Amino acid sequence: MNGGADLGGMMGFGPVVDEPGEPNFHADWEARVLGMIVAIGACGQWNLDQSRFARETLPPATYMSLPYYAIWLEAAVKLMTARGMISQAELAEGKALDAPVPIKRRLGKDDVAAALKAGGPVDRPAQGTPAFAVGDTIHTINIHPESHTRLPRYARDKTGTITRVHGFHVYPDTNAQGLGEQPTWLYQVSFAARTLWGEDRGMRDVVTLDLWEPYLRARA
Amino acid sequence: MPHDGHDHSQMTDIEARVRALESLLHEKGYIDSAAVDEIVQTYETKIGPQNGAHVVAKAWTDPEYAAWLAEDATAAIHALGYISRQGEHMQAFFNKSTEHHLVVCTLCSCYPWSVLGLPPLWYKSPPFRSKAVIDPRGVLRDFGIELGADVAVHVHDSTAEMRYLVIPVRPEGTQDWTQDALRSLVTRNAMIGTGFALAPEARA
Repeated sequence: MNGGADLGGMMGFGPVVDEPGEPNFHADWEARVLGMIVAIGACGQWNLDQSRFARETLPPATYMSLPYYAIWLEAAVKLMTARGMISQAELAEGKALDAPVPIKRRLGKDDVAAALKAGGPVDRPAQGTPAFAVGDTIHTINIHPESHTRLPRYARDKTGTITRVHGFHVYPDTNAQGLGEQPTWLYQVSFAARTLWGEDRGMRDVVTLDLWEPYLRARA
Repeated sequence: MPHDGHDHSQMTDIEARVRALESLLHEKGYIDSAAVDEIVQTYETKIGPQNGAHVVAKAWTDPEYAAWLAEDATAAIHALGYISRQGEHMQAFFNKSTEHHLVVCTLCSCYPWSVLGLPPLWYKSPPFRSKAVIDPRGVLRDFGIELGADVAVHVHDSTAEMRYLVIPVRPEGTQDWTQDALRSLVTRNAMIGTGFALAPEARA
């Protein structure tokens, strides 16, 4: 979707400000949100792409101005209320008013190390062969779906070159909609900075993106 | 967020909301607050840029390992024991005098947690995410780095589940340094591409 999260190429946010010696968390609540979101993810009530979509569908002005972990918090509240796991009334009270819904798994303290180690690989057994090879010229499709996509606005309808075949990965555009993983080939695609941003960019500068086969068309 | 007229800052409102949510989720049996503690402690003490610094120092001192890292970064990094969430699929980019790599996630905040830990605030924030792809040289200037026109800048937007580690150039004057000593020259920013490895004087 063309939401507040699709920031590539926007202007006006000011300089990037490094914070030497920055702590992981600037307040205790940020640490609790990080831990809670990782833990609640283990309940298996949504997938990674649904969680990203919940964040990027926050209104753009909200998305761009909330503290980062507040974006996580509000998206998680949205996901949990949509699934009946919690209600706004319960959140306002800070206590349970309704019975919990069944979950796939509750992460215990002793499960944490193994769960973090296992992570969530998204490569799947390959089916068929990739349509493109390293060196092929491709053109990205021009799409503006209201649903989730990982093809950012700035890289749509652009010509680039395949520079790596990463493998056969879960396709976020369908997975985010609950339409299944529908894994497909994932490529590293390199674009000249001038193709994306015009002639006043460095002649040899390059931007690479990782793009799935359905985003790409052959270009002679 | 509504303001109730008491002496509450916005942060206090967020803190109250987070506390209410955690207590609710724990009561309903969806999470265990002890597991939340354990997750936070893991990232505070075990998983951080020291992991990536080990990978880089090994690559600097072990050509076979560097070749493996270039070919199959996932296996090479996992072989050092850095196997965890947000490091399932890895690729390493090697900086050279003529080529500088910079990693960003314009769409969210994808970052190689397994080797760098949790991302810094600037990495997740609109100024960096918006500017890195259109004006990477300007971003580098924000970090005090001026690259010549003879250096090609390669920006990598983490749009999928591939996670990237930049291998900075090994500093001059470190030929005699051990792998362990070299680790201390490898900064987090150098492994994102918004910095260089430290000069030996910095640690002498």
